[in-house]
Amino acid sequence: MMDQYMLEIRDLYVYFRVYEGISRVLDGVSLDVRKGEQVGLAGETGCGKTVTMKTVMGALKIPPAIIPKGEVILDGQNVLKMSAKQLLQMKGTKVSMIFQDPMNALNPVFAVGTQLFDVIRFSNRHTSNGGKLSKKEILNRAIAALDEVRLPDPKRILNSYPLELSGGMRQRVLIAMALVNEPSFLIADEPQTALDVTIGAQILDLLSELVRTKGISVLLITHNLGVIQETTERVNIMYAGQVVETAPTALLFENPKHPYSQGLLASVPRLTGGEIAEGIRGTVPDYTAVPSGCRFHPRCDHVMPICSQKKPSLLLVEPDHLVGCWLYAKEGGVK
Amino acid sequence: MSESLLVVEGLVKRFPIRAGIFHRLVGEVKAIESVSFDIKSSEIFGLVGESGSGKSTVGKTLLRIYKPTKGTIQFKGRDVTKLTKETLRFFRQQAQMVFQDPKSSLNPRRSIKSTIEESLIVHKVAKNGGARKKIVADRLAMVELSPNYMYKYPSMLSGGQRQRVAIARALALDPSFIVLDEPTSALDVSVQAKVIRLLQRLQAERQMAYLFISHDLSLMRTIASRTAVMYLGRIYELATTEALFTNPLHPYTKTLISAVPVVSAEERQMKPKKQSHGGEIPSPINPPSGCAFHPRCSLAEQVCAQELPDLAEVLPGHFVRCHIAIDALSANTRKMHLVNSAKEARNKIKRR
Repeated sequence: MMDQYMLEIRDLYVYFRVYEGISRVLDGVSLDVRKGEQVGLAGETGCGKTVTMKTVMGALKIPPAIIPKGEVILDGQNVLKMSAKQLLQMKGTKVSMIFQDPMNALNPVFAVGTQLFDVIRFSNRHTSNGGKLSKKEILNRAIAALDEVRLPDPKRILNSYPLELSGGMRQRVLIAMALVNEPSFLIADEPQTALDVTIGAQILDLLSELVRTKGISVLLITHNLGVIQETTERVNIMYAGQVVETAPTALLFENPKHPYSQGLLASVPRLTGGEIAEGIRGTVPDYTAVPSGCRFHPRCDHVMPICSQKKPSLLLVEPDHLVGCWLYAKEGGVK
Repeated sequence: MSESLLVVEGLVKRFPIRAGIFHRLVGEVKAIESVSFDIKSSEIFGLVGESGSGKSTVGKTLLRIYKPTKGTIQFKGRDVTKLTKETLRFFRQQAQMVFQDPKSSLNPRRSIKSTIEESLIVHKVAKNGGARKKIVADRLAMVELSPNYMYKYPSMLSGGQRQRVAIARALALDPSFIVLDEPTSALDVSVQAKVIRLLQRLQAERQMAYLFISHDLSLMRTIASRTAVMYLGRIYELATTEALFTNPLHPYTKTLISAVPVVSAEERQMKPKKQSHGGEIPSPINPPSGCAFHPRCSLAEQVCAQELPDLAEVLPGHFVRCHIAIDALSANTRKMHLVNSAKEARNKIKRR
């Protein structure tokens, strides 16, 4: 069973020590990514998407972060127990990331080539066959990587600086960097938000095509539900540090069960027109004073007495569709 | 709908690029090449396009934040481009703007009250502090904020609340026209939904006209009654929002709509096929010849690179700037079109 999953997060709690006290950000997050699967993590600003991602990458600063409970298992290894050296090795070879803003992710004072060569050289330090790569081999790999992301004239791109490239080209360079060492797991954090619609669509098409042909597992983090729908197989909806619903993407978008997912989907303006819903009343809670029980209950239209007393666990409402909501406690079985 | 509140004709805005020790003119950014449209009173007019298409420049030039290089802007029958600093006052009361990011458009050192009442002081609308306070409370109520918010500072508010304050500031002088430049792009979807609902309600209640600028096509579909699609400083298609989305004619419009990530099956069905083989928006310093979209267009023919097509009314109220789309329309509509604008048709026959 173990090796079926690329990433397993089990009941993860992450707190931060802040001036006001303890900020309880992640509250029992569980999610998994199967091998070769494209999974989405959707939620609004401040719901804990980035903290989840940083925990997976082992990039949380401890302190101020505290991890009182939980496991993050990446390809059979517990990330939370890794040493700094092991983490570095993991990041160089097994896992890569694509960030939101390609201008900030590239160093403006080095040519694209210099940065890409570094990536290739770095990860090969840790491979089992070891040994240094010749300059020619590095160059060849870099050119192949840029070819793969359909950048015209790779040699010219290698010699240019990030500021000479357009946003779409920079994002392609980042994809090339992320995939050059053939990782088995990719975390994409809003890869299209900084780009225009037409360019964003090109980047997403390219990315989905590459990961599918290479069989890379992906965790796509975004607040754009349309992007989730078009590129992922399964989706997790997150609210205030809790995963409230997880299901195959098509199923969830057709039939959202959690009141938060329903409100969120109803707020999305549609190409077919028509009125958009009033949104969700209230605002996202302050993490230093989170509501008890289900964190969504102060904003929920179906709130019941039990909601503020006990946190609902994820319930199976239909095959492969889990919802963390007391509304379904009677109907469904317990996971 | 009623008569036009604002008529823009042949608007051009170029920004000079200067270099060297003598600040020699080395080139121009052609932000707006030539734009004409009209906004009716109590209409929401949408302007979509990718970044660099010139849509924000249009908004700012309309309000005389930028001085137009050429062209006229008639507002309630007066040419705004000819107004001097003194006579501009009348216009500045009537026309307001809400910017994209409320974090940077609100002064962090000013209380909400001071932010909203500034225009009341400048335009001498309310005589004393008491009267101003009443107006500020009233405007806050309009955007569904309680009067206590008056004494808060922007840093104490959430993104949605800040944008509400920015809207209240725009409403202070009771304008008849507001330019909304991507007012919700910095907000989350559920907050965006609330702000959009608020904007729609205010518009209906107070009979204002909006110029709504956005790159989000789904949002435009929800809010605007007519929409213009801009590309490199020109309008390439203009129609009622309904017609633009159900029957897009320009290849660029089709490509834009097809690229929108959507959430439902119905939306996916209504998406047109994209008519572009990739590529990115060219630089407005040195735009392509002819139709600016031709290097990206999959239907482009020779004529597209040589001649800029006119913005022609091919169906009632539906304007498009494309050689191919105009030719592709049925002979029947073309006949109607001939009657409608004989001059343009003559040009076209000559071309053939």
